[in-house]
Amino acid sequence: MRKHVILLAALALSALLAFGCGGGDGDEKVVKIGFNIPLTGDIPKVGESSKNAAEMLKKRINDAGGLRVGEEMLPLEFVYEDNESKAESAVSAALKLIEQDRVLGLIGPQSSKQAIPAGEVADANMTPMISPWSTNPTTTKNRPYVFRACFLDPFQGPVAAKFATEEFGADKAAVLYDIASDYPKGLAEFFTKAFEEIHGKGSVVASETFTTKDQDFSAQLTNIVNSDADVLFLPQYYSEVALIAKQAHDLGWDKPILGSDSWGSAELMNLCGDDCKGQFFTTHYAAAGATGKTKEFIEDYEAAYGETPDDVAALTWDAIHIMLDAVQRAGLNGELEQRREEVMTALGGMASFEGITGTMSFNEDGDPVKCAVVVKINDQGEFTFYKSVCP
Amino acid sequence: METILQNILNALQWGSFYSLIALGYCLVYGVLLLINFAHGDVFMVGAYIAFFVATFFLGHYAFALPFDLPGWAILALSVPLVMILTAAVGVTLERVAYRPLRRKGAHRLYVVITALMCGLILSNGNLALLGASRRNFPELIDKVIFDFGWIRFTNLKVIVILTAVLVFIGLRLIVTRTKIGMAMRAISWDKFAIPLMGIPVDTVIVFTFILGSSVAGLGGLLFAMSYPILDPYMGAMVGWKAFIAAVVGGIGSIRGAFAGGFLLGFVEIMVVAVFPSTFRDLISFTILLIIMTYKPTGLFGMARTTKI
Repeated sequence: MRKHVILLAALALSALLAFGCGGGDGDEKVVKIGFNIPLTGDIPKVGESSKNAAEMLKKRINDAGGLRVGEEMLPLEFVYEDNESKAESAVSAALKLIEQDRVLGLIGPQSSKQAIPAGEVADANMTPMISPWSTNPTTTKNRPYVFRACFLDPFQGPVAAKFATEEFGADKAAVLYDIASDYPKGLAEFFTKAFEEIHGKGSVVASETFTTKDQDFSAQLTNIVNSDADVLFLPQYYSEVALIAKQAHDLGWDKPILGSDSWGSAELMNLCGDDCKGQFFTTHYAAAGATGKTKEFIEDYEAAYGETPDDVAALTWDAIHIMLDAVQRAGLNGELEQRREEVMTALGGMASFEGITGTMSFNEDGDPVKCAVVVKINDQGEFTFYKSVCP
Repeated sequence: METILQNILNALQWGSFYSLIALGYCLVYGVLLLINFAHGDVFMVGAYIAFFVATFFLGHYAFALPFDLPGWAILALSVPLVMILTAAVGVTLERVAYRPLRRKGAHRLYVVITALMCGLILSNGNLALLGASRRNFPELIDKVIFDFGWIRFTNLKVIVILTAVLVFIGLRLIVTRTKIGMAMRAISWDKFAIPLMGIPVDTVIVFTFILGSSVAGLGGLLFAMSYPILDPYMGAMVGWKAFIAAVVGGIGSIRGAFAGGFLLGFVEIMVVAVFPSTFRDLISFTILLIIMTYKPTGLFGMARTTKI
């Protein structure tokens, strides 16, 4: 019985594939974009935010008659592929979108773990790709077809160091990070380097580490509290932040704690509560207190989905706009391969782009040079815009 | 100097949790010669039960109490309730998993493997039922920070350490001074002859599981108050380490479990205070290994006659 079901499913699938291949040769006049996003797996919320933003944008443009390319108004067509927040699934999703769906360009994957291998696939297949959210330098390094819409950790670290110096008058800092995870480790190193460039060697007076899944940080925090530091830099994810902030306060730490873009989840305040109020973190955009285009986006998103868009949604929105802008400048000439290459050239030649997460220009690696936002967590637990720091 | 004193306090708190869990391992091992590997996950279940009990009294569900209870009252109500409910989980495990095997006279090895499976079922069942998102334990008692300039501690820290000591004294009294304690020791001594003396073996074993699990529940409650982020796998690592602590102390000996838990807590905290955290498990378990080499039965391990 079970065998029959599997056989039937396989038959149905192959039939579907045959039709799918016959249908799209990519030469008809639509703008077809593929999305390589985590709709299931560890971070389904990230995929959901990306898809929400994309659907909203597609609806807006298609309702207005389509995207103007040259003289024509072309409809948008978005294909969503689930990468299950796994690296290997991201690779197969990218291949499927490129070869089978014959998309013009790719948006995503969101986190670096998937964006790095998928970027390799996109570059090898000469398909332009923009990752909205991946901050790891490797994603775009030496890959002319791969771009991103967010800043990088080598930029974020110095921003945090500069902010700590200016805002808190800090000349001694402490760092606490997870030594077994690439993102916090890399960021902590960039911060330390930048802080010591400003204040001299040894100005990071306590550099303490822990290992993923630790729950007790009292020994590290005792060293930090006794180290005479003016600020604690904590580039960690939200559940660890909640534990560490509480224990730090229990041990008598009453100075500021500074975070990074990994703090920016709505879960943070549920877990951390009072201990995170009044703290700051660097990130891509702030929903509360936004103005202009950003405000408009937030209001539309809230009306459509009943929740405040997070940084993933905003960055996805910008990434799609960057892609569409390049399509408009490149035009759709010739075969799909030629179109892809022209879009890539247009992306690389972009001087500056006005997005809802700020103005950005691309450097030779395909990385945007853009401002970071410093968010203050106010007494109501909202993430409010505090200032923006530009390179 | 002040750092050392502060870290001694930190280690006392961290060691308290190892001790509370190690005591549970030790009781069950003492009576059944069974390493109850599900015990770490029973501890996790205790923490989750504490979460649901506390939020229930705080009125987070459809049912709300007609009056607001102060935090200390909620805590006072939660302690017995959590201990009872966690004990029920422990007893259920014994009834469902261990007793049928014992009845069939299965080898101890199979019971240990069953215990491992039970632990995995508890943590993954929790993951499937409640999802992967973390839970935040509410603050029940007003936190008071005592700051003497050179050392700082909260009232919670004092409560945790005192509880661990009281539980240790209580268990020791039960095992050495009561009739049922004597029965526990007797079963440990010879579980084939003891039924002939008219001692209800199953009752005594259930009682042992009640003791061990309720202590794990109490530990879970205190752990959730001290480290208020709960996740389904929180019990696994702590459980394993507490088991090792119990072995180093001399498994089967209550004094040993208590001392072993604190020893491990001390070593871990002191290593982290001096070295990078990556060295923690390496150094602490090297030290424990050296202790085992010189005293293979553990610090308080004695001849089999005086086990438990």
